[in-house]
Amino acid sequence: MAVWEVFRQEREGAPFQHGGSLEAPDLAFAEAYAKEFYGRRAESLALWVVPRDSVLEIDEPYVAPVFDRDYRRVDGYSIKVKLKEARERAGTPAH
Amino acid sequence: MAPRREQEFKKHVQAGGQVETNDWMPDEYRAKLIKFIEMHGNSELMGVLPEREWILRAPTLQRKLALTAKVQDEVGHAQLIYRVVEDLGKPREQSLEDLIAGKSKFHNVFHYPTKTWGDVGVIAWLVDAAAIISQKALLKCSYAPYARIMKKICWEESFHILHGRDVVLALVTGTEEQRELVQEALDRWWAPLMMFHGNPIPAEDDPMVEWRIKSQANEDARQQFLDGYVPQIWELGLTVPDPELRKDEQTGVWHYTEPDYTELKHVVTGHGPRTAERLELRRISREETAWVRDVVLADAA
Repeated sequence: MAVWEVFRQEREGAPFQHGGSLEAPDLAFAEAYAKEFYGRRAESLALWVVPRDSVLEIDEPYVAPVFDRDYRRVDGYSIKVKLKEARERAGTPAH
Repeated sequence: MAPRREQEFKKHVQAGGQVETNDWMPDEYRAKLIKFIEMHGNSELMGVLPEREWILRAPTLQRKLALTAKVQDEVGHAQLIYRVVEDLGKPREQSLEDLIAGKSKFHNVFHYPTKTWGDVGVIAWLVDAAAIISQKALLKCSYAPYARIMKKICWEESFHILHGRDVVLALVTGTEEQRELVQEALDRWWAPLMMFHGNPIPAEDDPMVEWRIKSQANEDARQQFLDGYVPQIWELGLTVPDPELRKDEQTGVWHYTEPDYTELKHVVTGHGPRTAERLELRRISREETAWVRDVVLADAA
């Protein structure tokens, strides 16, 4: 017997979200159980059924910066002062 | 080292943090989860037996189909719940064996007989209403895999409640005899319903709340049940068999006759009027279907 993780999609275009898991001896049973547990009342549009062993879980997906990488983020840019000066030089009114 | 880790874990869950299957957890938390969730799974599985008795006797084809669907849903819930228990370390086979051997518990309401069709309406309406209050609170359970399957379970329970209310409405708009059938069922079910959410242990003393397995105190759940459903019972002209029952309009708190918690304990420890009979049915059906499991597993091997 193996454990399979089930991901469900509720609406077209919606992300697949983890619903739960099931235990099944093979692919055919996994499919039948997934339909029975997560699709019986048409509550899912589609299902992804994945053997648990095949799921690579990464606990710390954050890649720590070697040095400051704030140029990759919105908060790395402060344009307020520069914009004010640019507008003054151009003679355009501030909003 | 370990006690400190445990303290940090407790702080994490108490602050609303959640835990996944492969995360580290204290042994005490794991043990409490298994006990609590297993009892929930047992209740779903045993809960279909009182209703199953009425499938063949349902008054119309529509009712027969609805009742069958409800039974199918509840067994499906048991499947999902036992899977969560299994991931925590207790195999489903062991859960089923312990249930049959009387080593684990199931909810008090499923130890009582279903005498008439009125019982079917009252159970589907009010027992499921009481259950959905607990289950909705479990959406916030600190153990995330359990909270996730609760979403699907709550969604299905809402159809069950409406089905039950519809059965009751059909009876109270029928003949005088049909109305009496509902009243008589309500008279018998009221005491078990009032015990359903357990003794009024304060949240701060409840170990299940401490680990945020539960996020609601027993008495809060009962008050929510009374607030939601007593007016719905009264508007049908039915009588709730408790002369003390009233809502204090100033405080918003319902007063009622203290349920007999000795009876509750007696019933859930395996001494209910139908406990032995229903566990025996579960044992026989497990024995009769053993060959199916053998064939499936032999094929898979």
